[in-house]
Amino acid sequence: MFHELFQNHNWDAVKSSIYQKTAKDVESALTKNDRSLEDFKAFVSPAAAHYLEEMATLSQAITQKRFGKTIQLYIPLYLSNECQNICTYCAFSMDNKIPRRTLSPGEIYMEAEVIKSMGYEHVLLVTGEASKIVGVEFLEQAIRQLKPHFANISMEVQPLEQEDYQRLIKEGLYAVLVYQETYHQDVYRNYHPKGKKSNFQYRLDTPDRLGRAGIHKIGLGTLIGLEDWRTEAFFTGLHLQYLEQHYWKTKYSLSFPRLRPISTKDAVDGTIETQQFYMKDRELLQLICAYRLFNEQVELSLSTREEPYFRDHVIPLGITSLSAGSKTNPGGYIVEPQALEQFEISDERSAFEMVKVIERQGYEAVWKDWERCYAT
Amino acid sequence: MLHIADKIFQSRLFLGTGKFGSLQLMQHAIEASGSELVTVALKRVDLADHSDNLLQHIPQSQAALLPNTSGARDAKEAIFAAQIGREAMETNWVKLEIHPDPKYLIPDPIETLKAAEELVKQGFVVLPYIHADPVLCKRLEEVGVAAVMPLGAPIGSNKGVLTKEFLSIIIEQSRVPVIVDAGLGAPSHAAFAMELGADAVLVNTAIAVATDPVGMAQAFKLAVEAGRKAYEAELAAVSTVAQPSSPLTSFLRNEGV
Repeated sequence: MFHELFQNHNWDAVKSSIYQKTAKDVESALTKNDRSLEDFKAFVSPAAAHYLEEMATLSQAITQKRFGKTIQLYIPLYLSNECQNICTYCAFSMDNKIPRRTLSPGEIYMEAEVIKSMGYEHVLLVTGEASKIVGVEFLEQAIRQLKPHFANISMEVQPLEQEDYQRLIKEGLYAVLVYQETYHQDVYRNYHPKGKKSNFQYRLDTPDRLGRAGIHKIGLGTLIGLEDWRTEAFFTGLHLQYLEQHYWKTKYSLSFPRLRPISTKDAVDGTIETQQFYMKDRELLQLICAYRLFNEQVELSLSTREEPYFRDHVIPLGITSLSAGSKTNPGGYIVEPQALEQFEISDERSAFEMVKVIERQGYEAVWKDWERCYAT
Repeated sequence: MLHIADKIFQSRLFLGTGKFGSLQLMQHAIEASGSELVTVALKRVDLADHSDNLLQHIPQSQAALLPNTSGARDAKEAIFAAQIGREAMETNWVKLEIHPDPKYLIPDPIETLKAAEELVKQGFVVLPYIHADPVLCKRLEEVGVAAVMPLGAPIGSNKGVLTKEFLSIIIEQSRVPVIVDAGLGAPSHAAFAMELGADAVLVNTAIAVATDPVGMAQAFKLAVEAGRKAYEAELAAVSTVAQPSSPLTSFLRNEGV
C-alpha cells in the first residue's frame, strides 16, 4: 500500500529540497523527454516562476499531442449533504447547523433530467460521509438508476472497502475521485478532528483499494490552501507515480481545488492579513503545467470554483476536462435550488455558454467519451 | 487499387476522427485527404441517436465508417462493443482495439487474437490494431482477419516508423493487407511506410493537431501517393559498401573470367 512508500518521505526534507531547486535545475528539466520526480520538484519550485512561459508552451504542445484540441465536459450531481465528519473548511461539516437532505429516487431522476437536457453524458455523483444514510446500498441504487441515462458515471464520496468498490463497478461505476486534502499528517489531523475521515492512513490507501478493485479511473488531489502547495504537489506526484506502476490498467486524473483567499483585518493594529497558504493565479498555472510536464497522460480537471477569466485562459494550456453550470447542493438543479452549497461557485456560466467559450479557443467540447459496454 | 474484404479503395490513406479542434475542421480534413475509410471510436458516438453530431460530419459518400473498440480492456468488452457498433453504424467492419494499458495504449495480443477469432465467426470484417509482431500477424491471418494494422510507434507519439525491421517481415509474409497504424507524425513517415510496401496507413494525431489540419491532410495524401508510386516503381537498392576507384579484386582480371 502507498502508506509504506509515503512513510519514507519526510515533509520538511521534501519541502526544503523543493525550495533549493535552482534555475539550472529547471532548465535541465525542461530539456528532458522523460522527467523524474526530481524534475517535477524543480517545476513546482519558486525557481520555476521565471520559466512559466516556456512551461506553458511545452504543456500546451504535450497536451494537444495526447488529448487533441478537445475538452471533456462533466457535471457534479449532489445526492446528499448528510455528513458525520468535521472538516473545518467544508459547509457540510457535521457541526454546521444546516438543513440536511438526501435526494429520493424520484428527486434524483428530476435532477438527472435537468442535467441531461443541458447535454451532459458524464456525471459525477457527490455525497458527504454518512454510511447509514448514504452507504454502499444507496450508491448502488443511484448508479443502477442513472446508468441508463448517462454514458459515464463517477463518484466522489467517502472512502470504501475494496469489496464495496467491486460491487459498484459491477453496477457501472467508472471513476472515483478521492482527494487526500493534505499529505501533511499533523495539518490533516487539525482540519479533520472528528469522524471516519480523521483516519489519515485509511484515506491515503483508498486509491490502492480502488486499483485492486479494477476501477477504470482514479482522481487524486489536495485542497490547496491548507499547507504549502509545492510540497503537496510533490506528494501527489509521488502518489500518482506509485499508482501508475501498481495499477497499470487504470487511468488517473488530478484536480486542484483552491480555497479562496480570506483577508482578515487585525483587531489591534488594523493590518490586513491574507491566509498563509493562499495560491496565486500564476502559481496555479505553474502547477498545472508542472503536472503536465511530469505526466503526459494524466487528465487535469478544473471546476467552477475558479473564475471565468482564469478558466478561459487555461483551457489551451494543459487542462483536459471542465465542469460547467454546476450546483454544489443536493437538489440544486431543480428540486431545491436555494439550499446551501458546499462551496461557492465562481463561474456561473451555463454549459451552453462554456461550449461557446471552448469553441472560440479552437477546441471541441466533448460530451461523450465512454460507452457503457466497457464498464461491465 | 487496394482490396480489403468486399471493398476497393483508390486511396491508401485512412483517417482517425479524434482530437480535432472542431467537427467542421475534421470534415474538411477528411475531404482534403481523399480518404475512403475513417475510423470512429464507438465511445464518442451517441449510439442511440441517429443524428449524432460526429457522424453527421463524416462525408459518408466519400468515406466508409470503420467503428473502433477503443476503451475495451479485454476480448469480452471488445466483442460486445463491436456488436453494438454493427447495430448503430450499420456496418460489419470493425477496427479491433484492445489496449488495457491507458498510458501507452499498447494493444493486448492475447485478447486481440481471442476477440478476432470470435468476431470473424460472427461475420465481422476484422481489422486488428496490434504491435508489429510477425507471428501474431500470421496467427490473425489464420483466424480470418481482413487486414492487419501493426503500429509504427506508440499511438499519438508522432515518432515515425520505429518498428521498421518487424514491419518489413510482416509485409514480406502477409497474405492480407498490411496497414501501418499509429505513430506516423509527418508525411515523410507515411511515405516511408508506403515505400516499405505497406498497403495503406492510418493517420490521426499528426493531422488533427496540426496548425492547419486541412493542409496537413493534403500533405499526407501526396506523401502516401508518392510512397506507393516509389514502391511500385521499385526503389534502387541502397549500396552498403563504397565503390573504390581501384577495385581490390582488379588484379584477377589478367586471367579473364
